[in-house]
Amino acid sequence: MSLNRFLKQRETLLALILVAISAGVAWRAPTFIGLANLHEIATDSAILIVMALAQSLVIMTRGIDLSVAANVALSGMAAAQLSMHAPWLPIPLVLLFATLVGLALGLVNGVLVAWVRIPSIVATLGTMSLFRGLTFLAADGKWVAQHEMSAAFLAFPRLDVLGLSLLAWIGVLGIVVAVVFTRHVALGRELRALGGNPSAAKYVGIRETTLQLFVFAVAGAVAGLCGYLWVARYAIAYDGVALGFELQVIAACVIGGVSIAGGVGSVTGTVLGALFLVLIYNALPVVGISPFWQTAIVGAAILSAVILNARGDRTDGLRLILRRHPAH
Amino acid sequence: MNTRTPHSTHTRIALALCAALGLGALTPTEAAERIALVVKNLGNGYFEAANKGGQEAAREIGGVELVMTGPTQPTAEGQIEIINSLIAQKFDAIIVMANDPDALVPVTKKAMQRGIKVISADSAIAPEGRILHLSPSNAQLVGEKLIAMIGKTIGGSGEIAVLSATAQATNQNAWIEWMKRTLAKPEYATLKLDAVVYGDDQSDKSYREANGLLATYPNLKGIIAPTTVGITAASRAVVDKGLVGKVFVSGLGLPSEMAGHVKSGAVDAFALWNPIDVGYSATWIAHRLVKGEASGKPGEEIDAGRMGRIKVGDKGDAAMAEPFTFDKTNVDEFARIF
Repeated sequence: MSLNRFLKQRETLLALILVAISAGVAWRAPTFIGLANLHEIATDSAILIVMALAQSLVIMTRGIDLSVAANVALSGMAAAQLSMHAPWLPIPLVLLFATLVGLALGLVNGVLVAWVRIPSIVATLGTMSLFRGLTFLAADGKWVAQHEMSAAFLAFPRLDVLGLSLLAWIGVLGIVVAVVFTRHVALGRELRALGGNPSAAKYVGIRETTLQLFVFAVAGAVAGLCGYLWVARYAIAYDGVALGFELQVIAACVIGGVSIAGGVGSVTGTVLGALFLVLIYNALPVVGISPFWQTAIVGAAILSAVILNARGDRTDGLRLILRRHPAH
Repeated sequence: MNTRTPHSTHTRIALALCAALGLGALTPTEAAERIALVVKNLGNGYFEAANKGGQEAAREIGGVELVMTGPTQPTAEGQIEIINSLIAQKFDAIIVMANDPDALVPVTKKAMQRGIKVISADSAIAPEGRILHLSPSNAQLVGEKLIAMIGKTIGGSGEIAVLSATAQATNQNAWIEWMKRTLAKPEYATLKLDAVVYGDDQSDKSYREANGLLATYPNLKGIIAPTTVGITAASRAVVDKGLVGKVFVSGLGLPSEMAGHVKSGAVDAFALWNPIDVGYSATWIAHRLVKGEASGKPGEEIDAGRMGRIKVGDKGDAAMAEPFTFDKTNVDEFARIF
């Protein structure tokens, strides 16, 4: 109960920081909290939010997937090539295709981790380079440019549905699915149990292999979907797409309070972590900070969030000890 | 395979085979002067275009045969083999678009010792391995061109901004430096540079930086992005914000990658070196060297037909011209080439 309350407190704190940043930037540039810019941030954060939610499942089981950004590049390139050669294909099919490509790549990770028993950080470090290399080979080093993609392919993430872009709606949908999955589906709760205490989880009949395969498959499929969205949003597919994005995804999880040690994390926290990063990325250009400082500021933000989390966890542990040994 | 024998059925078959194998350089010729254009690899539209320009120059000069050749894969080894065979065939001049600046030096030195005039174009051989190197452009010409181009697009006055690659990118920084120097000239006093931002050649960051520019400077009329990822992202941001016709994007990019943005109206004009002109100028320069009308010494100006006089700079580097402008009238045609 006290842990739950603490989580809530940290998320409230993160939300307050988000409001403070927005207010600070708005003081310099009032348009920043205008409706148009808030919509822009909602659209801009969708990909990071759904990717971070998928990654948080992996991290929750004490794993990590470093290959997600390379998966985005490869699936995106595959979708772009498909659209180039078959521009008449309905977009839902292209979307399905990209998701399946991503799922296949995710299953490669899953098999390596769950069955071959390679530590996930090593397995996905390997597949990260593998997928990136394949992206280059798939296109023979060439780029797929805007005029080679069909109009419908490019328009899809931008479609206006009830005043929000479809991309923003995909972010909302991702959050809803994640909430339902982690709170109301047995499998979702098993993931947390597995990450929290693997040996205990085994004794109560939680199948570790299946769950690991499952989380990497989910991360892969979501990355595949995002591959299409990314390429369509920025109208370009090349081997450098989303380079280094896996670190942003992991940073969003960590800032949001997902513990690298497994078992701890919430949907709200992860979403706030992703929003925090996107807010900073969008605020820095408006505030006009030197590019040399920008990356340093993002790094400092990540560190402060992690230190905050670590301190929080320690206090919690201390409280437990204190409760058990009132004499001290 | 003796190329000096008179035409017989057998040699013709042999020649046809050679041609099929991409060894076109072995074709016998009646021309008095033979120049070889050794490209990075065959089957690449960029080099086909360079050959097209070279052939144009050869026709203008008259009595010159220009032969394009190159390895099937872009390797220095392949080029060394080909240059050796060109030496054996006693070509008068060799133009090389080098796959490696240093690996080719021994073989091109050997060619020069045999009296063959060797120059590099587009991608250089180290100074000791060639008489001169023809760069498609240089930082000053690029900087001046980028400012002139955006000035023309936005009607001579207004606010502009630059969206570059990384803050440490050598090429981009040299161009930006020359853009600033150009803006300092009185004729561009009406153009105001609001900001230089960096998209790190990443589509997401470039897109956000472009959005930041559009939000921060409501009077912005032009964005110059001297990098393909940047120009693509800025064009996308302008279209997504519904600012087509109000804000124009310009910069450097490949026609095949920019065609869509010219069509959307976000880009009015952009620039890059034109490989046709590179092939054309290189052929003229090679011819002048063969005829002894030029020596390639630093400071010399070499007449290159319609491209005018090209000045040889320090270390034998000659900059051809300002980049070539692409707009809606020609982008589709060039998009098929490169």
